[in-house]
Amino acid sequence: MSILVNKDTKVIVQGFTGKEGSFHAEQCLAYGTKIVGGVTPNKGGTEHLGKPVFNTVKEAVASTGATVSMIFVPPAFVADAVMEAADAGIDLAVVITEGAPVRDMQAAKAYATKHGMKTIGPNCPGIITAEECKIGIMPGMIFKKGNVGLISKSGTLTYEGANQVVKQGFGISTAVGIGGDPIIGLSYKQLLPMFEADPDTHAIVMIGEIGGDLEIQAAAFIKEHITKPVVAFIAGQTAPKGKRMGHAGAIVSGGAGTAAEKMAALEAAGVKVVVSPADIGKAVAEVLAK
Amino acid sequence: MNIHEYQAKQIFAKYGVPTPKGLMAESVKQAVINAEELGGPIWVVKAQIHAGGRGLGGGVKLAKSIDEVKSLAEEILGMTLVTHQTGPEGKLVQKLYIEDGADIKDELYLGVVLDRAREMPVIMASTEGGMAIEDVAHDTPEKIIKVAVDPAIGFQGFHGRELVFGLGITDKAEQGKFIKLAAALYKLYLENDAEMIEINPLIKTGSGDFIALDGKMGFDDSALGRHPEIEAMRDISEEDADEREASQYGLSYVSLDGEIGCMVNGAGLAMGTMDTINYMGGTPANFLDVGGSANAQTVAKGFEIILKNPNVKAIFVNIFGGIVRCDRIANGILEATKLVDVHVPVIVRLDGTNALEAAEILKEANIANVIAATDLADGAAKAVAAAKGE
Repeated sequence: MSILVNKDTKVIVQGFTGKEGSFHAEQCLAYGTKIVGGVTPNKGGTEHLGKPVFNTVKEAVASTGATVSMIFVPPAFVADAVMEAADAGIDLAVVITEGAPVRDMQAAKAYATKHGMKTIGPNCPGIITAEECKIGIMPGMIFKKGNVGLISKSGTLTYEGANQVVKQGFGISTAVGIGGDPIIGLSYKQLLPMFEADPDTHAIVMIGEIGGDLEIQAAAFIKEHITKPVVAFIAGQTAPKGKRMGHAGAIVSGGAGTAAEKMAALEAAGVKVVVSPADIGKAVAEVLAK
Repeated sequence: MNIHEYQAKQIFAKYGVPTPKGLMAESVKQAVINAEELGGPIWVVKAQIHAGGRGLGGGVKLAKSIDEVKSLAEEILGMTLVTHQTGPEGKLVQKLYIEDGADIKDELYLGVVLDRAREMPVIMASTEGGMAIEDVAHDTPEKIIKVAVDPAIGFQGFHGRELVFGLGITDKAEQGKFIKLAAALYKLYLENDAEMIEINPLIKTGSGDFIALDGKMGFDDSALGRHPEIEAMRDISEEDADEREASQYGLSYVSLDGEIGCMVNGAGLAMGTMDTINYMGGTPANFLDVGGSANAQTVAKGFEIILKNPNVKAIFVNIFGGIVRCDRIANGILEATKLVDVHVPVIVRLDGTNALEAAEILKEANIANVIAATDLADGAAKAVAAAKGE
């Protein structure tokens, strides 16, 4: 078991034949992901990486039965791609592209939600169910199979966290990079209950950062609904106010969205909060030993 | 990207948001010419910098004669203005805005920002204008009226009514004027991919007109490509030169006041590295995200920018190699140390794909001030010790 994706998940790639799309689709295929085709307008009918290319998502879905789309199109076309996927009946769109305008994502997510399509990202590493299905750009070999679920706003901290969990002798069920933009798809609050319901996930690592209040919402949710142990780290304790720390969403504005208030809320919800990301692995070992 | 007040007011004018008449000046002479053209009898001399709180910092002053405009312009132009938003180092005033004085009866606040929780723009209004809205939100949150407007339906009559009744505006003519202004601001926000618009204060005059006395706007950097007229308003002299240089090389840099330079891939890990250094008793000198493709050129540029800061006593390179293999990054670091004279200890932690090969490469190169670390905690500890001269 796992959440959202597994070895049987049929995946298409939007922006399949582009440089990024090609490179990462090839890596995903090598990992074992069931990529069944891709979409690039005006290249329909051709083949790429041994898989069929379609002009539209609708054709791709009709022909392959894909339920998930991995999106690599350029930033200006992300909203269009997400809405096309939703319109074609895709269940989950994983948006890797960085730099999509916020207004576009607002419209695209509203449309996706209306059509019952889940989204992950944008500007994220994607989702991986260890040793089964990788949909994204993460280095697959780090993610050994195990019983720890991981949710992270940051790409490299996802790898850091997973690597530490594995070095402690544990492994990952599913890891989801949710991205750090102002508007994102699935967040802690939607993913936590999925991990709670997954019998193969025994503990959850959540990695957050300054800005917004998703971690505060997650803390309230954990308090009420999550029985499995949760380990959390919030990046940006030393970040100055008003400065954007790389991610568009990582900014402390008007005293809100600080690491301190998020850490306090999570601790109050019974979460094991670590001050340094170097302690994530040890903390997981501790909560699982109990 | 942020713009100046005088530029924000040019955009306001396009959308029918009333502002006092005003003219920008980059010299005292021009300030006087502007004042003469405006005619008086009262003028306001305003420092133009990308930060709020200018009035409290002494950058906004009232003049009752042309002579007074001249002496205030001499005083404010070229001063380093320190406000709660500039940081202690302040900002150099290079532009002034000379504006007609206004008849202020009431001071209100009106703004539009993204409500991240509801995932739509929210119009914020308050009767407590003229104060830092952060303080109002903290002390008297009930005095801020928030009306979220779904772009799918746009600004409707009920949104306007929620605003005016929430503010206690009872005069029908005034209600109409305020609603028109709020609708215009919302339109401006959407059409220009703004990130934030703020009018503080929005004043009500004795005759019941609403006028934007100030204007602050920020725009979504990811959308600037489709707004060349906004992009053209960029004032690079307002941006940190090092941060700007870094961004030209695909690096994301923010300078801080500590002693340990950080070079990391990924924004989250970069912040996490700063946090770990702090946790271990050191102080980070900067945030630096080298992005997904750390190679010899980007690493060399990173060293160069970090070493411009004279406070840096050690550098911690913390890279988690994913798709980019660690052995290649190790070679990149070695090459970079040949391109740039790195005179402080460099602690290198490479983890992920081919980490062992990378460690071998660094060991064999045997460069005096390059110290290999096994993991994040080890690297941070070694960097803190090196900065202390241990």
